[in-house]
Amino acid sequence: MKLHEFQSKALLSIRGINVPEGRVALTPGEAREAAEALGVDRIAVKSQVLAGGRGLAGGVRLVSSAGEVEAAAAAMLGRTLITEQTGPAGCRVNRVLIETAVRPVRSLYLSLLVDAARAEIAILAGAEGSEDIEQRLQSGETRLERLSLGTGDALEKAAVTGLAQRLGLGSGLHSTFASLVDQLRLAFVELDATLIELNPLVVTDEGKFVAIDVKMIIDDNALFRHPELVALREEHDGDEIELVAQNRRLNYLRMDGNIGLAVNGAGLGLATLDMVRAANGSAANFMDIRTTATSLDVAHGFTLLLNNPAVRSILVNVHGGGMQPCDTIADGLGIAMRRTGRSCPVVVRLAGNNAEYARFRFANFGCKVIDCPDMWTAVNRAVSAAHGERS
Amino acid sequence: MTILVDQNTRVICQGMTGWAGTHYSAAMMEYGTRIVGGVTPGKGGTYHLNLPVFDEVAEAMKETGANASMIFVPPENAAAAMIEAIEAGMPLVVALTERVPVQDMLRVRAALKQSSTVLVGPNSQGILSPGVCKIGVMATGSERKGHVGILSRSASLTSEVIAQVSAAGLGQSTTVGIGGDAIHGLSMRDCMELFLADQDTRGVIAIGEIGGSEEQELAEFLAGIKPEIPVVGLVVGRYAPTERRMGHAGAFAQSAASDAGNKISALKDAGVIIAKSPHLVGETIREAMAAAA
Repeated sequence: MKLHEFQSKALLSIRGINVPEGRVALTPGEAREAAEALGVDRIAVKSQVLAGGRGLAGGVRLVSSAGEVEAAAAAMLGRTLITEQTGPAGCRVNRVLIETAVRPVRSLYLSLLVDAARAEIAILAGAEGSEDIEQRLQSGETRLERLSLGTGDALEKAAVTGLAQRLGLGSGLHSTFASLVDQLRLAFVELDATLIELNPLVVTDEGKFVAIDVKMIIDDNALFRHPELVALREEHDGDEIELVAQNRRLNYLRMDGNIGLAVNGAGLGLATLDMVRAANGSAANFMDIRTTATSLDVAHGFTLLLNNPAVRSILVNVHGGGMQPCDTIADGLGIAMRRTGRSCPVVVRLAGNNAEYARFRFANFGCKVIDCPDMWTAVNRAVSAAHGERS
Repeated sequence: MTILVDQNTRVICQGMTGWAGTHYSAAMMEYGTRIVGGVTPGKGGTYHLNLPVFDEVAEAMKETGANASMIFVPPENAAAAMIEAIEAGMPLVVALTERVPVQDMLRVRAALKQSSTVLVGPNSQGILSPGVCKIGVMATGSERKGHVGILSRSASLTSEVIAQVSAAGLGQSTTVGIGGDAIHGLSMRDCMELFLADQDTRGVIAIGEIGGSEEQELAEFLAGIKPEIPVVGLVVGRYAPTERRMGHAGAFAQSAASDAGNKISALKDAGVIIAKSPHLVGETIREAMAAAA
């Protein structure tokens, strides 16, 4: 689960990590009030979206009066922000963060992440933090230091001091830096994070470290340990439909084609997408039905597909396993088709556990589906149906 | 011959008294797997599915002579169950549990470092040697005894490929779901090594997908040893939806290796025959094995 900047900062702030003083606003009026409450003459207005690259895309502005804050917020709120990390669809801005702008003496890059290849937590740190850090790394202008934290162990003093030195931090800052790193490590483990990124992390003229921007991702699989973080999801501006799907035990991603795709299993889903493309078709979504989804969950999923006007045909590619037999999925599709008034060609390919039984279920629901014996036939039928060809 | 399991495999089930443990243990016993007991803390001394239940793995091993454990413990305690089995010195642990927290898996991997246990999974559909042993949640019916080894990161795609291999007139020696999570036990490379050492496996299918760099490690291994039997590869996800990114660290950690095209060319360079499409894997291995014979 990705967290907003304001949520991440609140979580770090209560753990003793410095962040700029600030407040969230939902309207330009609230933004003005927040700026007046701050009472400073250098104020940052920051779009709250779950993607990076905001600064370069105009999603962050530095202004100097409450009036300018209100105007900047008015220009951002309700708009769709497209950055290099959002993809072409962009993210809608529903909130802005109004913050005291901090004057940095130095800017650094610091992140903690789960490095899957090495099965450990790693710290990556750079002597210069900035939004274009990827480009500057590629061109060799800057480089990153790496330290292993293993399973989340405290670092040896010498290792942190060595890191501080390589980042060019003066010896007066070493102990403050060591406490910051340790606070971050504890936060990372405590929150079941997979990423905490401070970019930039600045040093002020008082010798304090302040996290100017924070990106945080929490492990979805660990949310059972963090009901307080699940509650934050309600404050999300994520895709409505994707959120509904999440709650229905479906992995759903919006795409820009016209075939509504439903599969069981990510691997089979990816394989189906590759075949759809090979057959010159394009998917409107990716919907992976998890093994624990009930027929009612599945029905909700198919309703999402049927309600999407971009969907011209539906392709169901299911290989029933021991955990998710075909009939559960057939029942879900049957319920959804009976409920909707829309007629849309539905191409199914059922194999494996209870495939035959699933066909009986379709017949009982009175649902007309185009039943195909193998994946490639099904993909081609769905593609031609989406192109409006009669099958 | 098979890999990882054989007719002497004696299995205990951690979490046998729960719904999933009960359901799948019964199905496996019906298939012919020798399940010899279960472990559920607090239920030691009782019987379930007519089998003795123990409080601890070490005790269950001693009493039953088990040499494999399968884990149906819910995500909350799955890592602790894996670590208990590893510390008890269980030779083979198959973790079927889905959605295990990633930081818990860091601790499991640390425990594996000091042991000789082979961990398969988590988020694995399990291991199936047709007619010999099934430790997993896969549906059965389309598998056939034979000489093709299958190793895969994806469950549903494995079922599909098993059906294709059988339809092509071949059978499987063993099929192994190594698990779909970023951090898991047995790797593609190590699983391939087991297949190549098995006299009875005459061709291997490796099913990969986007993310991580295991396919590249597999390719590097194959390039070094030049196997005598054909290896067919399928890597899916070339046209996967692009997810919104957040931050830069992910990009630093992932590198270009997670890309499907990169994996495919690495495998191809290592002599792996790449299936032209996911629906052609069965045909591809049939042709490759016929050419090699």
